[in-house]
Amino acid sequence: MPTVIVNNKPVEIGPSEKLNCIQAAERAGDTIPSYCWHHDLSVVASCRMCLVEVGEKKPDGTIAMQPKLSPGCQTPVKDGTVIVSNSEKVLAAQKATLEYLLLNHPLDCPVCDQAGECGLQDYSYKYGRGYSRLQEPKNIKPDKDYIGDQITLFTDRCIMCTRCVRFTREISGTAEMQVISRGSHEEIDIFPGEPCNNKLAGNVVDLCPVGALCSKDFLYQQRVWWLKSKNSVCPGCSTGCSITVDQNEDVLYRLKPRENPQAQGSFMCDEGRFGWKYAQSDRRLTSPEQRSGGKTISRDWDVVLSTLGTTLADLSDQKSGTFVVAISPWATVEEAYLLAKFAKEVNPNARLALGPVRTVGEDDLYPKDIHGQPSLPTKFTIRAEKCPNRRGVESILNHFQGEIIPFSSVLYDIESGSIETLFVLGGDPEGWISDADAAKLDKLKLLIVQDLLGSAASSKAHFVLPGAAWAEKDGTFVNHNGLAQAIHRGLRGPEGSRPDGRILFELSGRRGLFHAASLRKEIGSQIPELAALSVGDLGEFGVSLSSAAKTEPQPVG
Amino acid sequence: MSTFEPTLLARINKPDSQSLDTYRRDGGYEGFKKALGMAPVDVINLVKDSGLRGRGGAGFPTGLKWTFLPKDHPGPIYLAINGDESEPATFNNRILMEQDPHQVLEGIAISCYAIKSKKAYIYLRYEYGRSYRALKKAIEECYAAGLFGQNIHGSGFDLDVVLHRGAAAYICGEETGLIESLEGKRAWPRIKPPFPAIEGLFRKPTIVNNIETMACVKQILDRGAEWFKSMGVPPDPNNPRDAGSYGPKLYCISGHVNKPGCVELPMGITARQLIDEHGGGVWKGRKAKAVVPGGISMGFLSASELDTPLDFNGPGKVGCLGLGTAAITVIDDHTSMVDVLFNCARFFAHESCGQCTPCREGTAWMHKILARIRMGEGQSRDLDLLTEVASSMGIIPGTTICGLSDGAAWPIKNAIKKFRSEFEEYIQTGLKTVKPSDALMEVH
Repeated sequence: MPTVIVNNKPVEIGPSEKLNCIQAAERAGDTIPSYCWHHDLSVVASCRMCLVEVGEKKPDGTIAMQPKLSPGCQTPVKDGTVIVSNSEKVLAAQKATLEYLLLNHPLDCPVCDQAGECGLQDYSYKYGRGYSRLQEPKNIKPDKDYIGDQITLFTDRCIMCTRCVRFTREISGTAEMQVISRGSHEEIDIFPGEPCNNKLAGNVVDLCPVGALCSKDFLYQQRVWWLKSKNSVCPGCSTGCSITVDQNEDVLYRLKPRENPQAQGSFMCDEGRFGWKYAQSDRRLTSPEQRSGGKTISRDWDVVLSTLGTTLADLSDQKSGTFVVAISPWATVEEAYLLAKFAKEVNPNARLALGPVRTVGEDDLYPKDIHGQPSLPTKFTIRAEKCPNRRGVESILNHFQGEIIPFSSVLYDIESGSIETLFVLGGDPEGWISDADAAKLDKLKLLIVQDLLGSAASSKAHFVLPGAAWAEKDGTFVNHNGLAQAIHRGLRGPEGSRPDGRILFELSGRRGLFHAASLRKEIGSQIPELAALSVGDLGEFGVSLSSAAKTEPQPVG
Repeated sequence: MSTFEPTLLARINKPDSQSLDTYRRDGGYEGFKKALGMAPVDVINLVKDSGLRGRGGAGFPTGLKWTFLPKDHPGPIYLAINGDESEPATFNNRILMEQDPHQVLEGIAISCYAIKSKKAYIYLRYEYGRSYRALKKAIEECYAAGLFGQNIHGSGFDLDVVLHRGAAAYICGEETGLIESLEGKRAWPRIKPPFPAIEGLFRKPTIVNNIETMACVKQILDRGAEWFKSMGVPPDPNNPRDAGSYGPKLYCISGHVNKPGCVELPMGITARQLIDEHGGGVWKGRKAKAVVPGGISMGFLSASELDTPLDFNGPGKVGCLGLGTAAITVIDDHTSMVDVLFNCARFFAHESCGQCTPCREGTAWMHKILARIRMGEGQSRDLDLLTEVASSMGIIPGTTICGLSDGAAWPIKNAIKKFRSEFEEYIQTGLKTVKPSDALMEVH
């Protein structure tokens, strides 16, 4: 195996691996600081933060070091490469670079959104000199509050790493951003009349290592050290981007992409990034209800759930096909399992159907070329299927039902009068049922709606069970590619709502508490298609359902 | 010296020297015809044998550079001619382009044949309007006369020459900055390797040569390698890496002299000879305090170093960065070095492309510090700070992508080292030899 020596520590790299000094040092547990380098973007080697000494160990054991410093990002490693990142020469260069970067930086950390997660702050503490020798006035550059609908630029905080420019040229392909002027007067800007409003635009804020590009949505909302993060998965489409949910005191403030080569790579789209506001809207269902003859009989969880339990138990003698359970592709695998199993236990003749699968247009592939057409290789895909877990729910339905019954046929059967009882497990925030379709539900004798937001269906349901948004529950989503990822409860839902898993757990009369990892083990042991879930803990990056996909890296996007 | 006959400048100031007719009457394009009768590799060897080193500033051996092209490359291979002569006080290329454009074009044609390139781009700095018009007309004449185009003289060799006018930035003279600019991008120098000979213009193998180098190539074809080698300075036997400094060279003389201008002389003349014998001496009967040996990025020769031979090695031996463009600027003893250095720093702060942090911020900072010193608010520790900043930037310490930064740092380091007492005195006494002019005070 090729061996690289990082600060006297030998570290092995794969025989065909192409790593630069920064990546090789990371393997050895050492950090080489960098700003402009990003593994998904082209190498420009311009920030000069990652300067290291590089040399080569000769077969006779002698080490020949190059006399000058080299940027670690630009220098590939091979067998025998020697990297020194802690010599006096390197430390002096790091100090010098940081002093340069801070010369014209306003040091307005107290009012800067990035403070607390800022590359300049962190490296200045670790590698900087702590004071500036600049006696002259700083350059002051005008802030640009309209880089895009969601993006503002604090021009004077910028360190000209050009990550944002490269992102719009290389990943989104929309190329709205550019560098204007020259030398220390350089500024990031958009081309006139071309705001950065592409569907991946929000990523430039994440890529910005300092507080220059800020999200208008998050601006001045929170100090980042107050935020608590939980790993989750974006429910916006079947790509299943790995994300973090950042909240404080049960208020969701932002979603950020979490790097996962098996899922989407490093980025996420703005539909997902900003599309979670429904979860904290006043359209949320916040009270369980049992209704009869247009009157609310109870709003008490215990009463509603126990009444529903006995009502459903009475259906056990109903004939085949009259009791239907529709499970939305927004439900987690665990919820689908609990409900499907419960329904079949209540009435072996119960029919299990897939809730409405919302698709919008076609898959949106990036980067775009100059004509707005996707160009190869694809680096990011926003999928047309706007739900996070169709594959996971289908696996459950396949197991319990043996077929996938679409919701359209359920509606048809309701209209024809062959269905008497319908239990809908919802979750789609965009309104999964039209008023016309909802009118058909009047024919039902019993309608149970477990959902997040009020809808035309919930308003006429006999039982309403307010569920939780994805950020408020534990569970599993399976993306378009069969990657099962865990979502974690990042915050509590509004008072009165309950995590869907807990509702179904109690409804099924199970003992104990809903625990996603234990349920995964149960599901994995019972359903061969989902055997991969039997590990319980899916880890940070998820588990692929097909073992073949486990060994082969999945295409990003 | 009186026996020296100029060759590169032989046709300068002759009537109608720009036209193809007069050029042909003087034996023009015979060298190109001769080259077409040779194998390309023989042309390369001829240029190699002549010891010609690039005239743009770095002095890299031209023939050797040509051999760096990949062997048997299917093409296209490009020749990019650097006519972005932007080093201050340098105007040797301008004279060639304005007065004798065909000499340059013939050199281009020969070089393209040698490196099997079918397309040459001349990158011309925007300010050179006369050069642009002269070259444009000359290129049109060549196409009309069948010297450019398809199957030239039945040789099967095709050549297109494209004249591209830049938008005026010093960085476009850096070879990869030039290539980026030719491609229509911001002239940010590229990371090397790959060098342009492997991956250059439009990601194809590209040779970047200077205008004067092209004129030399033409003369070498006409007169042979031995002729070229008969002039100049042989390699230093103590320096195995020295390739010698052969051939005639265009020296520009400017600054405080009686007779500024461009003269052609064999390599190795001293600064003193240039000033006294060719520049008419220092003006107003004064003495030279310092001389810039080849563009301000090379640093300064002090009064005691004027006998330094201006070949590729000479200036380096007295602490300058190199010969550079061989454009000397004389600074008389009435001029404050603080003003001189401030002006240098201002230029580089303005021209830094802004890609690498040390150069972008360092050049601007040095400019600000010197502005402060010049206003009488300097402290002696500023000189150490200037030296520290200057030492931290450039491709020599490895902290930048291109050499602009080295060129920006060199005059600072050089001047503070060689004229430190003057700076100290200025700082301590507030002495201002010249009242700072308001125009120079503006800090960008």
